[in-house]
Amino acid sequence: MAVLLIAEHNNKELRPFTLNAATAASQIDAEVHAVIIGYNSSEAAKKMSELPVIKKVINIEAPYYENFTAENFTPVIVKLAENYSHIVCSANTFGKNLMPRIAAHLDTSQVSDIIKVISSDTFLRPIYAGNAFATIKSNDSKKCVTIRPTSFDPCESSGGSAPIEKVDASEEFSNTKFIKREEIKSDRPELGTARIVVSGGRGMQSGDNFKLITEIADKLGAAIGASRAAVDAGYISNDHQVGQTGKVVVPDLYIAIGISGAIQHLAGMKESKVIVAINKDGEAPIFSVADYGLEADLFEAIPQFMEELNKLNTIQK
Amino acid sequence: MKILVAVKRVIDYNVQIRVKEDGTGVVTDNVKMSTNPPDDNAIEEAVKIKEAGKATEVVAITVGEDKAQETVRKALAVGADRGIHVKVDSVIEPLAVSKILQKVVDKEKPDLVFMGKQAIDDDCNQTGQMLSALLNWPQATFASKIDVKENKLEVTREIDEGLETIEINVPAIVTCDLRLNEPRYASLPNIMKAKKKPIEEIPVSDLGVDVSPRLEQLKVEEPPKRKAGIKVANVAELVQKLKNEAKVI
Repeated sequence: MAVLLIAEHNNKELRPFTLNAATAASQIDAEVHAVIIGYNSSEAAKKMSELPVIKKVINIEAPYYENFTAENFTPVIVKLAENYSHIVCSANTFGKNLMPRIAAHLDTSQVSDIIKVISSDTFLRPIYAGNAFATIKSNDSKKCVTIRPTSFDPCESSGGSAPIEKVDASEEFSNTKFIKREEIKSDRPELGTARIVVSGGRGMQSGDNFKLITEIADKLGAAIGASRAAVDAGYISNDHQVGQTGKVVVPDLYIAIGISGAIQHLAGMKESKVIVAINKDGEAPIFSVADYGLEADLFEAIPQFMEELNKLNTIQK
Repeated sequence: MKILVAVKRVIDYNVQIRVKEDGTGVVTDNVKMSTNPPDDNAIEEAVKIKEAGKATEVVAITVGEDKAQETVRKALAVGADRGIHVKVDSVIEPLAVSKILQKVVDKEKPDLVFMGKQAIDDDCNQTGQMLSALLNWPQATFASKIDVKENKLEVTREIDEGLETIEINVPAIVTCDLRLNEPRYASLPNIMKAKKKPIEEIPVSDLGVDVSPRLEQLKVEEPPKRKAGIKVANVAELVQKLKNEAKVI
């Protein structure tokens, strides 16, 4: 039986991690169908149909799907699941919220946040904040799997022409009402997919000082990250948090400034290709994962860093 | 209003875990254990709601082996009224835990069930959502703010893009983020008082729930180690290395 991918989108565009989830789905089985549930979402369905790994797109629409509440999504997906061996989506807040609800209805033990497909029933996943990897075999007849997007490459996004099938909506779940979403808009690259991430921690000492991080990020074309300590202290909003319960990032370059490197933070960034740590405490755990460590006062080091960057003729973007 | 709060005993968040040499799991013998951190936030929020006069009873529940009862006792020490300990001998999966909680909800009839959004041991992030599916109740996951209104809650949820606000009718499930509140410490008098609060022990066999595992853990291993890095002497050297050695800028 085929694999059903639950697409994350905003009714117009696919959210970037849907492409990574599609790659993982195609490693489970070559026959991958994608479901787009939304409202006025035909543009998103069309984009989905252009992914070469997708063999069929199912589009389900109703006004109450506009805000992607799990309570509304679950019944239609559970019904579709009859025809599929696997239900797959990203292990970001969208998938984390939705998939267990589906799994419980299907009486399936979900496999969360996989980083590798070993076979159609066996997967690798991190546990204990990534301090151990577990190989898990699912013995359920239907498998619900969420995938860690940064562990899979995004699939090709054009060239395909899968048929789009319309399917009827289920009834509305009336006990949950969407009120509002506060998305922080920014011209910078998205944290989850950025090539370079510059992160600040409690060492920044204030929200104002985060401007120093912003300047470097602008210069490098980087996304801005933060430790939980910095978010809790109110220096920066929660959507920047990197770590076990925040976002997992795997950029080419991760620059940790004033971050001590608690286990929970390392869980979100230690797979980055190159890690730089700037911290005045030479014993800080962040140095244990850093390729390049600089023991220095960040308030002296950051202006010097800008100066050195300004001296360079070119900077890769 | 009655609030049921589920708590789990896990390896303390400050412990650097060690993988067993035979690859069957991680070392838990002689390792410091404590309540799963966001479960502390769940208890704190329930107690605060009761203190504000909007709830009448807070019941703490855990599912686990004998020692798991410590987490319920701790919840009693910070303000829960009574406890329930569903005894199981082995580690069970979130699906089984949610089925157990469903049975207890059927009996206790709480208006709200709170728990942490994720356990920091298996990092599954499933139980709350599964329980709300089984009960067909609304779910507010990753809650960082809860506003109790007449028969409903307004909840601010942490999502990847920022924050989302939803309104859910009671009865409902809320899974709590670490930012929801600042859990209090138990005072010594309250720890003493908590010893007298009742904890009902229920053998899992009494609940008629199938807790047999559906997943096989074939192997647990250490993640690949990063190669040791170097310390640079100054910023100029750092930038030079990034440009010419790592070639990332």
